[in-house]
Amino acid sequence: MTIQRSRGSTPARISAKGWGWQHSGRHTRAVHDLDLEIEPGERVLLLGPSGAGKSTLLHALAGVLGDDEDANESGQLLIDGRPVAESRGRSGLMQQDPDSQVVLSRIGDDVAFGAENLSVPREEIWRRVIAALESVGLDLPLDHPSSSLSGGQKQRLGLAGMLAMRPGLLLLDEPTANLDPAGVVEVRDAVRRSLDESGATLVVVEHRVSVWLDVVDRIVVLAPARLGEPGGVLFDGPPAQVMAQSRELLAAAGIWVPGYVPHVRPRTLLPHAMINPDDAGAHLLLEAASLAVSRTKGRKRHPVVPAAVVPSVLVKAGQALSVTGPNGAGKSTLALTLGGLLAPVAGRLTALPELARGAGPAPLKWRGRDLISRIGTVFQEPEHQFVAHSVREELLFAPRILGHGGDSVDELLTRLRLEHLADANPFTLSGGEKRRLSVATVLAASPQVLILDEPTFGQDANTWAELASMLTELLDAGTAVVSVTHDAAFTAVLGGSRLVLGDSVEGAGPLAAQPQELAQPQPAQKAVQR
Amino acid sequence: MSVDIIATPRSTAWLADANPLAKLGAGMVLTIVLLISVDWVSATVALVLECALLPLAGLSAGLLLKRGWPILLAAIVGGYSTALLAPKTGEILLSLGPVVFTTGSMESGVAIALRGLAIALPGVIVLASTDPTDLADALAQKLRLPHRFVLGALAAMRLVGLLVTEWQTLGMARRARGVGGGKGFFRGIKAQLGQAMALLVQAVRRATRLATTMEAKGFGAGPRTWARESTYSRRDLWVASGGLVMAAVSVTAAVVLGTWNPVFG
Repeated sequence: MTIQRSRGSTPARISAKGWGWQHSGRHTRAVHDLDLEIEPGERVLLLGPSGAGKSTLLHALAGVLGDDEDANESGQLLIDGRPVAESRGRSGLMQQDPDSQVVLSRIGDDVAFGAENLSVPREEIWRRVIAALESVGLDLPLDHPSSSLSGGQKQRLGLAGMLAMRPGLLLLDEPTANLDPAGVVEVRDAVRRSLDESGATLVVVEHRVSVWLDVVDRIVVLAPARLGEPGGVLFDGPPAQVMAQSRELLAAAGIWVPGYVPHVRPRTLLPHAMINPDDAGAHLLLEAASLAVSRTKGRKRHPVVPAAVVPSVLVKAGQALSVTGPNGAGKSTLALTLGGLLAPVAGRLTALPELARGAGPAPLKWRGRDLISRIGTVFQEPEHQFVAHSVREELLFAPRILGHGGDSVDELLTRLRLEHLADANPFTLSGGEKRRLSVATVLAASPQVLILDEPTFGQDANTWAELASMLTELLDAGTAVVSVTHDAAFTAVLGGSRLVLGDSVEGAGPLAAQPQELAQPQPAQKAVQR
Repeated sequence: MSVDIIATPRSTAWLADANPLAKLGAGMVLTIVLLISVDWVSATVALVLECALLPLAGLSAGLLLKRGWPILLAAIVGGYSTALLAPKTGEILLSLGPVVFTTGSMESGVAIALRGLAIALPGVIVLASTDPTDLADALAQKLRLPHRFVLGALAAMRLVGLLVTEWQTLGMARRARGVGGGKGFFRGIKAQLGQAMALLVQAVRRATRLATTMEAKGFGAGPRTWARESTYSRRDLWVASGGLVMAAVSVTAAVVLGTWNPVFG
C-alpha cells in the first residue's frame, strides 16, 4: 500500500493507558481499564457488544466529551502523546444521523466550516474545500443547497468537511447505519479513497463487519464494561485472525459477522393465496388502484407531482408485501398512504368490508381508535411514535384507547426482552430496544394489517432475527404485513410478493436464491416514478 | 426529503449582492422617519418609492401578495379600526348606528393603513433579498458581534426549517398510535400540546447532535478565519444613499403639502 501524504497532515497515534470514563449520573463505567495502542496510519474497526463503550471512546478521541463536569475519568487517553483536550483539530468525527452532520446551508460553506474554526487562511480554505469535495466524489456546485442531498451524500459532505481540516485521525461512529445499500457503498468508498490520499489513522464503529472488512487492517473487540468484570480489549489483531477467534462471541452479541444469517422462525402455514396467486379474492383486506401518492397536498391551480404512481396494490390477510426501490421513489409515502395517514393524490384506496368492519371504505377517514385496531404503521424512527413516559405505559396506550385491559402487555414485554425496562423512559433505551418497543406498541392494538417502514435499518443481528421471527408468526396468524425495505435477506424470510417502485431492478437475485423462500415473488408490479 | 425554509437558491436580484448591513441601515432610516410622522403624504410617497424598488429585490407584485398578505390584512384592519375610532371631523360619509365614518376619520384610517404598509415593506424587501449566511457573515465580520452567537443562531435557523417536516411526520406517527382520535375541543388541544412537546424533544435532541458536530469541527474555541469575506462595495453606497433619499423625499413632500405632523410636535 502506497501512502501519498501530499494532501494530509501526519497520521495520528492513539494511546490509551488504563483509560476509563463514567458518564455523570450513571452507576457503571462506559469504558474502564482500556489499554490500547494504535499506530499512525492504522485502520481499525472497533467492535463489541452494545454497551461496550465504543461510542464513548470515539467521542472522547474527538474531544467532545470534555464539558461533562460530573463525569469521572481515569487513566490517560493520548493523541500523539498529548492529552485529547490539547489536540483540537487533530481528529474528525462522523456521526450516525446524516441530518446532524450538516451545519451550513450551502455545501461549499459547510465544508469550509471546520477549516475556518482552525484559523486556516482564506485562500487555503477554498483550495482545501475543492480538493475535499473532489476526494469524496461530490461533484456539485459550491452553492448547492445542503438540504437537498441524500443521506449518503450528506455523510460524504460531512467527510469532506473533516478532510478540509486535514485531521490525522478519522473517527466514524456507525456512519452507514441510517443509509440504504447504495449509500453505504458510496460512503465506504469515499472514506477509503480519502484515506489512501491522506494516510490518516482510522477508527470506525459499525455493526456490519462486511462493509469495512476490506478497508481496515486491524479489528479491536472491546469487552462490555460490567461491574466487577475486567474491561478493556477482548480480541485484537488482523481482521482474519480476530474473525476466526471471536466469530461466535460477536454473532451472539448481535454483530453482523460476514456470512452469518441469524436463525429466524420459518413460516409454517401456506396460505391458499400462495398456492394459487391468482386467487385474488381470498381475504383481500386493502386494495389500491392507480394510486398516486405525495406528502404535499395539491391545490386546484397547482396540482402536485406525485412521489409515486402505483397501478395496483393488493394487501391480503396472511401475506407479506415488500415495497422496494431506490431512494426517493416514494416508498415511504406509499406506506403512509396505505396506512390511512396521508390522503391519496389520485386513484383509489379501498378497505374491504373484512377490514373496514363498518368504519367505511377510506382508511384516512377512520378515527384514531378505529385505525389502530385495523392498520398499524411502524415508522422508521421509533422516537416519533413514543407518546408515554415509561415502556409499560407505551404498551398500555393502545389497549386503553380500545377499551380492553392490558392483559397482553406482560406477555409482550417478555417476548421482546423488555421486562427489565418496564419502568424506563422510552427515550433512554438503546437503538434495538427502541425498535422492538415501537413494533410492540403497534402490535398491542392487534391490527389486521401491519405496515413497517425500513424496520431493519441499523439493527443488530439479534434484533433483526427477533423482528423477522415475530413477523413470520404474525403472518401465519393471518396478519397482512407490508414492509418498505432495502433489506433483501429480510424480504426473503418474509416471502410473499414484491412491489418495485422506480426503475430499479435491485435485489432480484438474492430473493429467489434464499431457501426460506416459500413462493417465487410474483412479477414485480412495475410502478412509474413521476 | 426535508423542506429547508431558508436554503432557497441564492437570489439573483440586484439587491441580493449588496451588503446586508447597508440594506438594514437603509431600511432603518426609512422606517424611523415614517414612525415620526402620522400623515398620508409621506407614507404614500415612501410606499410608491418602495414599490418601485421591488424589481431590484427580485419581487413581483404576485409574489409579494403571496408572501406578504398577512401584512396587507393587518394594515387594512388597522386602518379600518382607526377610521372607526378617530375623532369624527368633517362631513359624515356613512352612519349605521354606532358605525360612523367621516371624511376626517377616513383620512386618519387611510393614513394609518398606508403607513403600516410603508413601514413593513422595507423589512420584506431586505428579507427577500438577503441570504441568512451573508447576514451572519456581515454581523460577525463588520459589526463584530460574537461569532459563537451569530453562527450558533445561523445553524439553529437551519434546524427550524427541518422542524416543519418533523411536525408533519410527528402528526402522522401519532395518529398511527391512535392519538387525537377522541372527540371534543379539549382533547384536540391536548393532542396538539402533546405533539408540540414531542417536537420540542426532537428539536433538543437534534440540536444536541448538531452541537457535537460543530464542536468536533473545532467550533467555539479560539479565533477563527472566514472563508467568505463580507465586503462593502459601490453598490452599498447606492443602497445607503437610496434609503436616505427616499426618507428625505417623503418628508419634503409632506412638509411642502403641509401635512407633516410629527408625533412629538
